[in-house]
Amino acid sequence: MAKGYRSTINRQPSKLRIKAVPPITVVCGSVITALPIITDHPILPPMGLLVVLAWRLIRPGYWPVWIGFPLGLIDDIFSGQPIGSAVFLWSTVFVVLDTLDRKAINRDYWQDWFIASVAIAFVLVGGMLIVDFPRNLLFLDVLIPQILLSILLYPFITRLVGAIDNWRVSS
Amino acid sequence: MAPPTNRRPGFSKRAQYSIFASYLLGILGAVVGLLLLLISFIDPRGFSVLRTIGAEATAPISKTLAEATGATGSAADNIAAYFNAASKNAAMKRELEKNRVELLEAKAIKQENERLKRLLKLKEETNDSIGIARLISSTSSSSRRIATLGIGSTSGVLVGQPVRAPEGLIGRVLETGPTTARILLVSDGKNVTPVKRAKDELPAFATGRGDGTVDVRPINISDNPFEPGDLLTTSGSGGLYSPGIPIAMVIEKTDTGAIARLLANPGNVGHVIVQPIFQAETVAQIEKAESEAADSEEAE
Repeated sequence: MAKGYRSTINRQPSKLRIKAVPPITVVCGSVITALPIITDHPILPPMGLLVVLAWRLIRPGYWPVWIGFPLGLIDDIFSGQPIGSAVFLWSTVFVVLDTLDRKAINRDYWQDWFIASVAIAFVLVGGMLIVDFPRNLLFLDVLIPQILLSILLYPFITRLVGAIDNWRVSS
Repeated sequence: MAPPTNRRPGFSKRAQYSIFASYLLGILGAVVGLLLLLISFIDPRGFSVLRTIGAEATAPISKTLAEATGATGSAADNIAAYFNAASKNAAMKRELEKNRVELLEAKAIKQENERLKRLLKLKEETNDSIGIARLISSTSSSSRRIATLGIGSTSGVLVGQPVRAPEGLIGRVLETGPTTARILLVSDGKNVTPVKRAKDELPAFATGRGDGTVDVRPINISDNPFEPGDLLTTSGSGGLYSPGIPIAMVIEKTDTGAIARLLANPGNVGHVIVQPIFQAETVAQIEKAESEAADSEEAE
């Protein structure tokens, strides 16, 4: 319909945009490893995880609890972790976040950041231990720069996701 | 933000059940994830098709960007170089002195080698390369160290083939797709490389530490002869890598062996060379194992 003739009140964006944008952004985050960034130690923040956490904490009601499974599977395909690693870790994060949401009365920005930081550290450390359990306990310090970088990047990702979210629901 | 009100659905049994069901599904997802992990460990190449599809799908982007910009892997190193610049400078000066001497020694040995080879009329093992390509991406967010190479099985790349740069060994081919191959880097924790010390052929094993260094363990554990500055090369045992490819330089002595820094940083090398597997017996063994695996799959 031409712009001039559309209703100016009570407009809705397309259902597809509302439903599809968050998963697409998460997959884009996971596929970032396809960029020609070659490092000899883990340093790139897990972008898929950061994006999904930002969505989860901005829009607590949007995601079903089981969404960690399909999104984690896609992340596993591109991350190089053994398949099932992110499936397990992301699903666990979603179940725990859901439990937290039930208990919580109110939450502020700093609490969200703290929760995201714990989740990031959990997924990265868990991912490293899954790769080679007893041996990698000795090398966990390799992850410190990556964890710090991810935690510091999280607020920026939240900003970005917030902007995308505004566009998603705006008509 | 406060949790949305639909978390507390009141007395509607249907709403309560649907929330409970999605909760159960979430836990089920985690359990299925554990099962998938179990399968991944029992059969590490079982899901290689999925990963290959992923790599092939994103390969056009990776290749274009890699050609346009060159692989960028030195950012972290550049930052790190600002700290400890002074101590590094001193250490490098010492290393330079040592290297100069070693270089002269190596030249002498090379000349002697050539002379002896002429004497024996040894035909040097044909070591032609299968292909030269760029590394187009890597698992830079995971603690596995796997890189993707821009050529695959259509160029003749096979699983197990060594991949090297002029500076030294990069890794070996882990999985192949039509136009991409996944390279298990030497620094991966699951990659064990048979090495020897260049100066006296002392055999050892190098296991990746995931951060550009390897753990070196001598085969004879009773003594620990490594000293910082020792050069390690492939030993050729196991038959995968041809002997004499430089790998790493010892930087630190430990209780059980040494820690060595890899000579070829996959982030800095331009192109890498895929080489054929060193010994034909190894090829035969791999083929036999593969055909047996295929047979057992058919039997199932």
